[in-house]
Amino acid sequence: MDDVVRILHYLAGSAITASIFGIFALGLNVHWGYTGLFNIGVAGFFAIGAYTTALVTTPLPSGTAAIYIQQAIGLDLPFLVGVIAAGLVAGLLAIPIGFLTLRLRGDYLAITTIGIAETIRRVFNNEEWLANGADGLDIGQPLRNLSFIPPNRYNFVYLIIVLIFMVVIYLALERGIRSPWGRVLRAVREDEVVAAATGKDVFRFKMQSLVLGAVIMGIGGALYAHYAISVNPSDFSPMYGTFIIWAMLILGGSGNNKGAILGAFIVWGIWSGTMLVTRNIIPAMWSARAPYFRFLLIGLLILGTLLSRPQGIRGEEKQVSRML
Amino acid sequence: MEALENLPATVGYGIVLGSILTLGAVGLTLIYGIVRFANFAHGDLMTLGAYVTMLFTAQIFPALGITDNRFGSLSFGWIFLLSFIPAILITGGVAVVFDRLVYKRLKDNRVGAVMLAISSLAAAFVIRSLIEILWGTDFHFYTQGLRPMMVLPLGVKLRPDQIFIIATALVLVFVLYIFLQRTKMGKALRAMADNPDLARVSGIPTERMTSLTWMIGGGMTATSGILLGLDSQLRPEMGWVLLLPLFASVILGGIGNPFGALVGAMTLGITQQVSTLFLSPAYKPAVAFFLLILILLVRPEGIFGGE
Amino acid sequence: MSLLEVKNVVSGYGGMEILHDVSIHVEEGEVVSIIGPNGAGKSTLMKTIFGLLKTWDGHVRFADEEITSVVPEQIVRKGMCYVPQVDNVFPSLTVQENLEMGGFIRDDDLGPRLNEIFELFPILKERRRTHVKTLSGGMRQMVALGRALMLDPRMLLLDEPSAGLAPIVVELIFERIRAINEQGVTFLIVEQNALKALENSSRGYVLVDGQNRLDGNGQELLADKQIGELFLGR
Repeated sequence: MDDVVRILHYLAGSAITASIFGIFALGLNVHWGYTGLFNIGVAGFFAIGAYTTALVTTPLPSGTAAIYIQQAIGLDLPFLVGVIAAGLVAGLLAIPIGFLTLRLRGDYLAITTIGIAETIRRVFNNEEWLANGADGLDIGQPLRNLSFIPPNRYNFVYLIIVLIFMVVIYLALERGIRSPWGRVLRAVREDEVVAAATGKDVFRFKMQSLVLGAVIMGIGGALYAHYAISVNPSDFSPMYGTFIIWAMLILGGSGNNKGAILGAFIVWGIWSGTMLVTRNIIPAMWSARAPYFRFLLIGLLILGTLLSRPQGIRGEEKQVSRML
Repeated sequence: MEALENLPATVGYGIVLGSILTLGAVGLTLIYGIVRFANFAHGDLMTLGAYVTMLFTAQIFPALGITDNRFGSLSFGWIFLLSFIPAILITGGVAVVFDRLVYKRLKDNRVGAVMLAISSLAAAFVIRSLIEILWGTDFHFYTQGLRPMMVLPLGVKLRPDQIFIIATALVLVFVLYIFLQRTKMGKALRAMADNPDLARVSGIPTERMTSLTWMIGGGMTATSGILLGLDSQLRPEMGWVLLLPLFASVILGGIGNPFGALVGAMTLGITQQVSTLFLSPAYKPAVAFFLLILILLVRPEGIFGGE
Repeated sequence: MSLLEVKNVVSGYGGMEILHDVSIHVEEGEVVSIIGPNGAGKSTLMKTIFGLLKTWDGHVRFADEEITSVVPEQIVRKGMCYVPQVDNVFPSLTVQENLEMGGFIRDDDLGPRLNEIFELFPILKERRRTHVKTLSGGMRQMVALGRALMLDPRMLLLDEPSAGLAPIVVELIFERIRAINEQGVTFLIVEQNALKALENSSRGYVLVDGQNRLDGNGQELLADKQIGELFLGR
């Protein structure tokens, strides 16, 4: 019985990560699936969300800790405040980013988003006064004061928290996409020129979409940080922070919220599944390289999906993507 | 001021960096002009070129018992130079294969340019994963031993290897120029970049020309990667981190314009190096990013861009 | 046997049918014009003949050979060349390079043919090393024609050669077309400028809403009252 619970606890941990990625995928779906914004800088909003909650929910280091850890601010506020702040800051940051990039054509926008994400990461890595640079910060688990939750049941509790966030975001998006606002967004994605001709302020809609998606990604980043209980610049690499989320959206079906979540669970399922397998089968020498087999697999999966079923598992049949 | 004293040396190194970027940027601009989507796998083609060279120089040739001596004060001998050939052929070949298997098929299915760019992103990670699987994530070098001492002409400090890099870049760009301006094939490539439909209507075999472009572009990019590895070291992400400066160079010079790519790349290289006089070197990509935004806001078609 | 035979052709773009059963024929040595209102399908017809658009139904025969499903790259090898209405030059290439591209698939020395083209268009000879994007509309049209002539075609398809050109230039272009025709090249021309087209043609077809409406020889059509009202503003 104990073993079963242990396995379930482990699976809950996987489900937590999958759900967090599901939230990222929902955010990316707002950008790409709904509005046609080719954002390859997801890792940037991810990082902003994670770092914001780190700075908001931890106290400033004191005593001997202050020798080793530097951080700009430390508000020691509760978990929920941290998550909300993460969403807000990410959303606020999206505004100047939007002014810089939204008027660019698709491939240029993509290139600049790479630059933005990379700059954000390097700032956190380099400016030690901000958030301890390359060493990163440790943060606490939410609800850590509720001591009646034993550590080996913690995952279940956190999973519920994350699922609540995911479901709320999902429902809000589903509502939004059926609203008049959502319809304009779709029109913009299908054919910007036509949408503009009908008098809609295309730029404003794109900006709203960018900010909304960014807020969602920021929330995801905060939830991630509290699960990993640390933030570190290397967590937000293009591979883990952007590429894998694109894989999830493409596989599950872009333009479709259920598809985004489904894609997240499938890709993460493949990821953790192969992790279990390789741990037990592959000799030690190669196991250090196992993550790269997984990335190879995911890369090939994306290519295969694009070639055979570009709309993904749950995507719309008519996948219109104009750019030039 | 200490910074200004270092200026000649910094500019000198900026030219080295610019030379490395030039070959990659020229390859990118050639391809961009013909296939008309942003190829995010470009950086990893550089990485591939470097690693294949290392495979031959540091692993295959020694395993066959073939050794050589270094040329003068350079850090390599003829084995290294010979390794350029398989590196260029294999990288160019990989580029052509990706085009035939993936990009061409996606184009035939009439997906948009964004989907093509996404697929190139996937291709980038596929190539990088393969390299990480085969060689791991540690640093590598082509040759062991100390790097030769600095040479000091005109207060500019460059290693002999770096002079080789500048010379190689200039020679290759010149050869490409002759090819594009004086040969029938080269002119056909320029025609295709100008007006692909008319090229087709004139009977030019556009599919074969596209493959040729990938081969040439891929080969130049491979060389860029080889030189990058010569200047610093080989890591799996070496090419990916240059994607931003490469695209910035190409856009600055005007897409499809090899001379523009040269100018753009040198500008990027020198600006990035000079920025290290007052910014941390970690922000070099941020400088590239800043330049990119600047061009896109001020003159998006590039310095030499057409109407 | 006609040089070009188009029989009962149906075609269009995407899901939209534009040509609903069109038939024309062109004899060797003729200059035939296709006129009609905007949207009649004139350009569509030309693209369908040249293989740029798929024929949904019907046949196209050239020099007694079935070319209905042949791709443009192969059609040029059979002796039919095409000058599009827009984007019909390589702007960043020089005049000479444009012509050279026209002759890309020839294996012989291009020199003699280039000279022949320059004899037809002496102005181009002076500007052989100029980049085409700096040339005027009229000269670009000459370059476009020259490019198409490099392969010594039996027949040329011209899509609105007078588009965007001043009347004097239009006159010059059509005069050159007559000269080239006298050298033995057959022409099929789609034109918006009905008057100029019919004045210079042996025969003409009127296309309206994707179907044949009238046809006859050039002078007859010019004199026709209907055509006069519809297209010639009389």
